[in-house]
Amino acid sequence: MLDAATVTDRIEHILEAHQGMEGPLLPILHAVQAEFGHVPQSALPGIAKALNLSKAEVHGVVSFYHDFREAPAGRHVLKLCRAEACQAMGADRVAAHAQKALGIDWHGTTSNGAVTLEPVFCLGLCACGPAAMLDGKPIGRCDEARVDDLIAEARA
Amino acid sequence: MKIYIPLDTVAVALGADDIVAAIEVEAARRGVSVEIVRNGSHGMVWLEPLVEVVTPSGRTGFGPFTLADVPALFADLAAHPKALGPVADLPWMQGQTRLTFARVGIVDPLSLTEYEALGGLTGLRRALALPKADIVAEVTASGLRGRGGAGFPTGIKWKTVSEAVADRKYIVCNADEGDSATFADRMLMEGDPFTLIEGMVIAGLATGATKGFVYIRSEYPVAIRVMESACTVAQQAGVLGDSVLGTGPAFDIEIRVGAGAYVCGEETSLLNSLEGKRGVVRAKPPLPALEGFMGKPTVVNNVISLATIPVIFERGAEFYKDFGLGRSRGTIPLQIAGNVRFGGLYETAFGLTLGQIVDDIAGGCASGRPVKAVQVGGPLGAYHPRSDFATPFGYEEFAGQGGLIGHAGLTVFDDSADMLKQARFAMEFCAIESCGKCTPCRIGAVRGVETIDRIAKGDAAAIPLLTDLCNTMKAGSLCALGGFTPYPVMSALTHFPDDFAPMKEAAE
Ligand SMILES: Cc1cc2nc3c(=O)[nH]c(=O)nc-3n(C[C@H](O)[C@H](O)[C@H](O)COP(=O)(O)O)c2cc1C
Ligand code: SF4
Ligand code: FES
Ligand code: FES
Repeated sequence: MLDAATVTDRIEHILEAHQGMEGPLLPILHAVQAEFGHVPQSALPGIAKALNLSKAEVHGVVSFYHDFREAPAGRHVLKLCRAEACQAMGADRVAAHAQKALGIDWHGTTSNGAVTLEPVFCLGLCACGPAAMLDGKPIGRCDEARVDDLIAEARA
Repeated sequence: MKIYIPLDTVAVALGADDIVAAIEVEAARRGVSVEIVRNGSHGMVWLEPLVEVVTPSGRTGFGPFTLADVPALFADLAAHPKALGPVADLPWMQGQTRLTFARVGIVDPLSLTEYEALGGLTGLRRALALPKADIVAEVTASGLRGRGGAGFPTGIKWKTVSEAVADRKYIVCNADEGDSATFADRMLMEGDPFTLIEGMVIAGLATGATKGFVYIRSEYPVAIRVMESACTVAQQAGVLGDSVLGTGPAFDIEIRVGAGAYVCGEETSLLNSLEGKRGVVRAKPPLPALEGFMGKPTVVNNVISLATIPVIFERGAEFYKDFGLGRSRGTIPLQIAGNVRFGGLYETAFGLTLGQIVDDIAGGCASGRPVKAVQVGGPLGAYHPRSDFATPFGYEEFAGQGGLIGHAGLTVFDDSADMLKQARFAMEFCAIESCGKCTPCRIGAVRGVETIDRIAKGDAAAIPLLTDLCNTMKAGSLCALGGFTPYPVMSALTHFPDDFAPMKEAAE
């Protein structure tokens, strides 16, 4: 678990690295999430103070963006594209298959903490859909069989 | 042996990195020395990963390449099972007019030397010798209109910023590219990043801006990496920095990463996001051109708009303007996606008909079934039936058909598509991505989903409710997310009424 002192210490580092930047809040939040895997509540007061914002304002920003998590994800994050060009290639079917295989809905995490399933609206792979991304790695032509492979890879 | 294997996300998503590794292993095993260049994609997605080998007669393509095709690369190349011949001679390449994408796929994306050898920086050198007003006038004369969707004349926007008086001005490149079926921004940034940088520097010269931002969506890790590296190279070479190419004013660029909000592609929402705020849309006026980033005059332009600037200065406004149709001048990178045999990026002068694009270039559906509908312009664009296939590709021409060209993405659906489901998705997407500022968008989209669900259950009385709701959203929304969601919904309803018929559920 993260203790408050560790968080404060690492947040100080991140804040220092972003000094002098114009509009630094999103880069800071990305850095915090890269560091902790999510944006911990305990990080907000330090960020708010450094940027002369209220804690509620920082929280408002964190909650606006789909990327920022307020709790850690599973060990692997599988994103499946739900947008139109992938729908035209059967993305809905593939998503239903993945949900069934993992036993979770969108935004859910398997009970063993291995996989979090997330929807994404376009990965720029619209001419080789259905598209997916596993831990940041892009995957094209992701049919049901490929999803099974990815799930096996993530569970291993 | 020199081999090109794209670093483009599409190639990587189809196994390019594994192929690079396998070629290196195979070459080492055979004691052959290979030089592998990671280039951009030529845009023929059905042939990716497209490997090219440099031969005495030029670059020869092999694709779609699989691991099993690796050993044969070290034998008689002409007999290779995936041999395509010279890539430049393929019909898809021959049919295009590649101006903005002239170097993409060809150049080593991070070699500034190669970039210059292929005409890069020529436009910037010309612009450096011109007064600000002449740079703006050249852009206006080219007829270039914003490629991000709204089609606003780029020269007019630049003129406003150029003439504004302020201590600081900014160039913001919109690389949020959230529309489904679009990937031109991504392919340009991954395949020829210096073209975007050069375009932004020229925008800086034209307006007196000294700082640029590229706001790239987080879903594009490869583009982010390539753009960051390219900026470093450009800084080291003095293209960016205290004095552009040693003679010009200061101009520098910073890469910023979005955080998964579609609405942040809207320019004022994007500016709020850059400033570190919630990505809520701002009311206009004030125009960003006068009060943009941090309240200072700001050019916000799409990647393709900015990346088209260098060729306009290299070849002249007249040259560029001679391509196109009506008020749509120059070329447009079509992005052909969804259920198609041949999908990818195809740059051509405005004016091809929808039918030529879908039937001839894309070759119809990958499934082999008939085309039912084509959504043009992303999630806020209309669904067009075959009866619209004579429409020429241009801003006014598509507006005349109750649609829009947007960022020039086309999604093709075969006859298994259920247009009620597509309409429902449009409403759902709007509900998920709404910035929340206006009620017709935030609440209307949720009501839209419910109303379409009622229609699906056989409640015909809900159809006029849906029409009314769309009118309310159109009239009462601040930005095009709420305002244009009625395009896909109403076009689906109007052109494909059978999918909304009350007997639908009963028959199934
Ligand atoms: C909801 C919404 C999303 C948008 N997304 C993008 C986008 O991803 N990229 C883009 O360039 N423009 C997008 N736009 C259009 C921008 O608001 C703006 O018109 C554009 O960046 C201006 O640049 P241009 O004149 O070069 O096209 C979007 C607009 C709306 C309403
Ligand atoms: S239409 Fe929707 S996304 Fe646009 S400003 Fe209004 S609430 Fe925000
Ligand atoms: S629509 Fe799925 S990757 Fe673009
Ligand atoms: S802000 Fe409430 S309706 Fe527009």
